[in-house]
Amino acid sequence: MGFLDIVDLKKHFPVKRKLFAEQELLRAVDGVTFSVNEGSVFALVGESGSGKSTVARLILRLLPPTSGNISFQGREIQELRKDSLKAFRKSVQIIFQDPFASLNPRMTVLDTVSEPLKVHHIVKRSEIRDKVTDLLKSVGLDDDVLTRYPHEFSGGQRQRICIARALAVSPKLIVADEPLSALDVSIQAQILNILQQLQKQSNISFLFISHDLRVVQYFSDEIAVMYLGKIVEHAKTEELFRKPMHPYTNLLLSSAPKLRVRGEEYGFSGSSEAEQMTHRLDADVPSPIAIPSGCPFHPRCPKKFEPCDKVIPGLREISGRLISCHLY
Amino acid sequence: MNGGMKKSPLKIYWKRLRQNKLAFTGGVMVLVLFLVAAFASIFSPYDPNEIDRHNILNPPSLTHPLGTDELGRDIMSRMVWGSRISLAVGFVAVGIATLIGILLGSLAGYYGGWAERIIMRFIDIMLSIPTFFLILAVIAFIGPSIWNIMVIIGLTSWMGVARLVRAEFLTLKEREYVLAARALGVSDLMIILKHIMVNSLAPVFVSAILGVASAILVESALSFLGLGVQPPTPSWGNILTSGKDNIEIAWWLSVFPGLAILITVMSYNLFGEGLRDAIDPRLWGTGES
Repeated sequence: MGFLDIVDLKKHFPVKRKLFAEQELLRAVDGVTFSVNEGSVFALVGESGSGKSTVARLILRLLPPTSGNISFQGREIQELRKDSLKAFRKSVQIIFQDPFASLNPRMTVLDTVSEPLKVHHIVKRSEIRDKVTDLLKSVGLDDDVLTRYPHEFSGGQRQRICIARALAVSPKLIVADEPLSALDVSIQAQILNILQQLQKQSNISFLFISHDLRVVQYFSDEIAVMYLGKIVEHAKTEELFRKPMHPYTNLLLSSAPKLRVRGEEYGFSGSSEAEQMTHRLDADVPSPIAIPSGCPFHPRCPKKFEPCDKVIPGLREISGRLISCHLY
Repeated sequence: MNGGMKKSPLKIYWKRLRQNKLAFTGGVMVLVLFLVAAFASIFSPYDPNEIDRHNILNPPSLTHPLGTDELGRDIMSRMVWGSRISLAVGFVAVGIATLIGILLGSLAGYYGGWAERIIMRFIDIMLSIPTFFLILAVIAFIGPSIWNIMVIIGLTSWMGVARLVRAEFLTLKEREYVLAARALGVSDLMIILKHIMVNSLAPVFVSAILGVASAILVESALSFLGLGVQPPTPSWGNILTSGKDNIEIAWWLSVFPGLAILITVMSYNLFGEGLRDAIDPRLWGTGES
């Protein structure tokens, strides 16, 4: 019994049906299993359309799953009611991708950050203002922002406000759904630093969702790579970067721009074949409504062979990691 | 994007409204009508019900600027007091319609499912009934009075608001700040009120202003037919009725209340439509600078 356990999670959305046609399903999440340990950072990586954000919304119980289980601290979250649900809401928080859409435009910073304090009666009414000031300080904002509205802030500042709001309930787990991808690169580093500090100081666990392997390399303990609603490779972060095995992981790594710091090259610098297939990522991700037969990745895979378009590869354990590919 | 977002929305609305001359004129007219109704005793030279047998059907003159009717009552005074009726009916009826519309629209939009299906089908049924004849039938049954008119107009004109509110709710409930509030454990009621409703009120406000215009028209029509405000209480509609009887000898009895209705309805429509354009962010890029 772990901290956060996700077992065979599925979420299928019905697509608008055409007259007399069979009901089509959008398989956003199609059988995902993983666990997040207390105090650790788990990264979920994939291109847009891979179902990462749906996983986030399912874990927060903002959407009901089609099937499968999500249990937090040993309790299935679909079964939580009233008090236990409230306790769950206090323990698990989310940070969204778009800081322009994730703050109510008609609420001041004080209103926004104090709302969770009021809902969960975390501090006395007279202490709310001080607590909000402390929270804002912890994300690097001064208290002169209290009475201002979201439209007066930049994207990075807004994301800090969102983090402060999430921190207000002292959560045990924060699901960060692409918290950096809407920000400028210089701001990305600042926000990542804040999250990293929080993680170390408060022992908050993170489920960090990103399309960018570069971002999670120095932050996460484990990485699961998702493709069209399924996990295709799941390994410890060092392992994954030392030897990426799945062709899709290679593709993601080769497409990430490298950073050069003081002459040293950061980022992935592995096999040369990965570089050769960079152009392959230009091909479009297939629609999750019509998932390709066999291995869903085969139309874009540079290494596809005989069984790939017929047999679906299962997720198997190979040399200490989980991978679904016919090559191994 | 950052640069353009610095100005507060209210300032942008105001600026855009100022630039639209027709809408701005409409807004000023609406304000003037308000003042006339509020200070009716100042603007009316005579008691609206004062009968003067020596001055029956006098044409407009210095003593009676808009003439007198068949009982010698001063038309200007009657119209000034009548504007109170028009505004009262307009606002109370629209208030009722907006309240019902917001309530049903938000239930349908937020909860979806059976609640939504029932409410939307009910709206379809209501829309399929010719409203004016329904009002006529109900008024004939329960008797004409100003309160009955307000309530019945309100009860038959909420459907547009409900549809509008539902559409706003459907969009807003997927916004990330609403999801964040749900993740924080904020109650449904507070999410609806604080996070969704306040952000959906601008278009509702616009439709309410447009609704006032049509409520005023319906009230005038009912009063004209004798099923609205009952004489001797003056209303624009029942002044028109006496104008109809004397149209060959006293044109001022028809022309002035007719003009008043026309100008009022047009002012509300221009103002409402201008406001709708002013708050539509899709139009913000155009006509600025």
